Amino acid sequence: MIPEIGHFALIMALVMAMVQGTIPLVGAATGVTPWMRLARPVAQGQFLFIVIAFVCLVYSFLMHDFSVLYVAMHSNSALPWYYRIAAVWGGHEGSMLLWMLMLSGWTFAVSMFSRNLPDEMVSRVISVLGLITIGFLLFVLLTSNPFTRLLPAAPDGQDLNPLLQDVGLILHPPLLYMGYVGFSVVFAFAIASLLGGRLDAAWARWSRPWTTTAWIFLTLGIALGSWWAYYELGWGGWWFWDSVENASFMPWLVGTALIHSLAVTEKRGVFRSWTVLLAILAFSLSLLGTFLVRSGVLTSVHAFATDPQRGLFVLGLLVVVVGSSLLLFALRAPRVKSEGSFAGASRETLLLVNNVLLVVAMATVLLGTLYPLLADALGFPKPSVGAPYFELLFVPLMTPLVFLIGLAPFARWKKADLPAMAVRLRWAFGCAVAVALLLPLVLGKWTPMIALGLLLASWVIVTIVYALVQRARRARELGTAPFAGTTRSYWGMQLAHFGIAIFIIGVTMVKGFEVERDLRMDTGDTFNVSGYDFRFDGVAEHSGPNYAAMRGRVQVLRDGREVVTMHPEKRVYSARGMPMTEAAIDTTLFRDLYVSLGEPVDNGAWSVRIYYKPFVSWIWGGCVLMALGGVLTVSDRRYRIAVKQRIKGESPAPAQPGAVALAAESHS
Amino acid sequence: MKRRLLLLMPLAIFLLLLVFFYDGLKLDPSLVSSPLIGKPAPQFALTELYDPSVTISNADMKGEVWLLNVWASWCVSCRAEHPVLVDLARQRVVPVYGLNYKDQREDAIGWLKAFGNPYVSSLHDLDGRVGMDYGVYGVPETYVIDRQGIIRYKQIGPVTAKVLNENILPLVQQLKEERPS
Repeated sequence: MIPEIGHFALIMALVMAMVQGTIPLVGAATGVTPWMRLARPVAQGQFLFIVIAFVCLVYSFLMHDFSVLYVAMHSNSALPWYYRIAAVWGGHEGSMLLWMLMLSGWTFAVSMFSRNLPDEMVSRVISVLGLITIGFLLFVLLTSNPFTRLLPAAPDGQDLNPLLQDVGLILHPPLLYMGYVGFSVVFAFAIASLLGGRLDAAWARWSRPWTTTAWIFLTLGIALGSWWAYYELGWGGWWFWDSVENASFMPWLVGTALIHSLAVTEKRGVFRSWTVLLAILAFSLSLLGTFLVRSGVLTSVHAFATDPQRGLFVLGLLVVVVGSSLLLFALRAPRVKSEGSFAGASRETLLLVNNVLLVVAMATVLLGTLYPLLADALGFPKPSVGAPYFELLFVPLMTPLVFLIGLAPFARWKKADLPAMAVRLRWAFGCAVAVALLLPLVLGKWTPMIALGLLLASWVIVTIVYALVQRARRARELGTAPFAGTTRSYWGMQLAHFGIAIFIIGVTMVKGFEVERDLRMDTGDTFNVSGYDFRFDGVAEHSGPNYAAMRGRVQVLRDGREVVTMHPEKRVYSARGMPMTEAAIDTTLFRDLYVSLGEPVDNGAWSVRIYYKPFVSWIWGGCVLMALGGVLTVSDRRYRIAVKQRIKGESPAPAQPGAVALAAESHS
Repeated sequence: MKRRLLLLMPLAIFLLLLVFFYDGLKLDPSLVSSPLIGKPAPQFALTELYDPSVTISNADMKGEVWLLNVWASWCVSCRAEHPVLVDLARQRVVPVYGLNYKDQREDAIGWLKAFGNPYVSSLHDLDGRVGMDYGVYGVPETYVIDRQGIIRYKQIGPVTAKVLNENILPLVQQLKEERPS
């Protein structure tokens, strides 16, 4: 009964979405206010029905309803309750339902937090979101219904893929989807503006918090996925340039570019058609990611659920959504003229370079990811496009970008005085060079890559500190409190940039100083890796709720003192007979110790892998700081103030008089 | 006019990509069966991975049912399937030969050292010529070859425990029971 209610709720949601996608849009085109006003209640109703459907599926999992095919395939009576909830999105059908929940959740959010926007805009935005919803609901109902019955019911379920039985996976897909789907809002704003013919500063201002919010989720989702791969796949790597990882990284790159170009469009009225294109691109790449993951066009470690028929449907959706929006762009964008002008050396130019670098980086990833497809179609030989390709191209692309992070916040809008900037920043640069030259020597190993990494990281940190010191000094001259005129979005920017520095330190240190040892260890053997003594105390049998395991015991000592006892495992999950390696990891701020069991060799000896990974947690820490920077930015009060100003019919002007003196250096 | 053309560019690029995507769907490995199934396995003579002085060819496996697993140290999915192969090797049901595809010798050896070596022997196919003869789409791939040297099954993508137990092992059992002619 419950699954049928869920199924019915999905159909009701589709009906609501059809109303949502058409009537307000027509209303906006013809100026019929009641039709426009229909947008909000219909979107909220649609959200309600999706929530009902989702709750029904969760309920079926919790109640072990193995008469539902999807539950029987992805759950098991021995599976703990929290994994049963995570199992809801452990397979294709449930993932898509989660996708839907996110989409209508974002629509709901738009309907709630858009009270200050004109009716015409809101109705168009919600309608565009409704049209996307129709496409995906049809996809779910026609090709991937999670409520399909299995009669007679299975006595027990096949269990959730053991790779996915993990805390990281409970959170990774929801965060990632929140990011992916979040770009649909910015996309809808862009399309609505193209339809209404108003690509102005107000449009950019409305889009900014939505873009940043989606970007925050995407950042956290990618970081969590990387962390999950690190500890769950048992290989000790944190990024594999796998096609599915790339699929999430591309919208991130474009989203990052979009955040910066929206700033320019809002402040200076330039780059408008470029910004619109980025908004369309960010969401298109999210859809492309969905297509690549769901169609099985590219094989990948993530190939948990792939199906070519579904691929065809998603491809069709891609054609309709992306094709029509790019066509609309080609038709409408020629009318958009830039207002402001700017000199060759100005903050506008620096941000444009930032955008170009990010988009080129995205294109590089896209090309590398799709290369197998292109090569196949064109009959090229297929060399491996793997990590070496991406790393070769990424370092030269990211180096100037990170250099700009230090530079751009000091440049003025319209026209910057480059020689004066060079004089002001020469000490900062000198500091960074000194760190890059000397620190690796102190650490005991100097290579060009380590030096480059530390140069970039210290350049970013030194320029941030310098910028803050300067602000405080200037505030003192004006007689105000040190950071009185400093907005939250400025803090957010600096924090996010600081996060990048932390991330670079993590990557540099891991790449430069990690130690990997593959050893054959008898019980009682001790090996020294990077100053830690690892003593292997043998392996014992152990059993979990739905698996049997061989559990190793490794005692770690440093200078004779015990540091930690680690328990790497090799598990076999009973329902699927699938072997899994569960690495043991000991994390501190400055290093990870990573032990994983290989194979039994003979007479109780095992092959054991021991990694020493300095600063590895900084990689994810950096991402978290970036996301926190985003949170600070979104919470900036100027978004609320500005919106109210517009209602009164005033043009958006810099608000507080105290901030005017600092305006040249604020917000980017 | 120039600006108009420029603004049409994104659409043009997208349409071009679509062609490849559509093509990609048709090429989907799970839909395409290898034209080589039922045909004799292409001849090869390659050096052994660990010992370049030893050459191995089809003739060495004559009269045996065996698996040929195409792998490479740069291949991420190979790591995913590797535990399954190591497990299979331990059961000693069927010999697994590796075709080390477009890989450097030292990388490949290091990889086997790190993750375990399930192969009776690995053949070193540096330029991928043998892989091309076998129609390798993407690594990993696994072929089941019978006593007469005929390819009977091809798995594209990682061998999972499920594929092994439901497809490969029953087939191997059946092939072993066929009388050598």
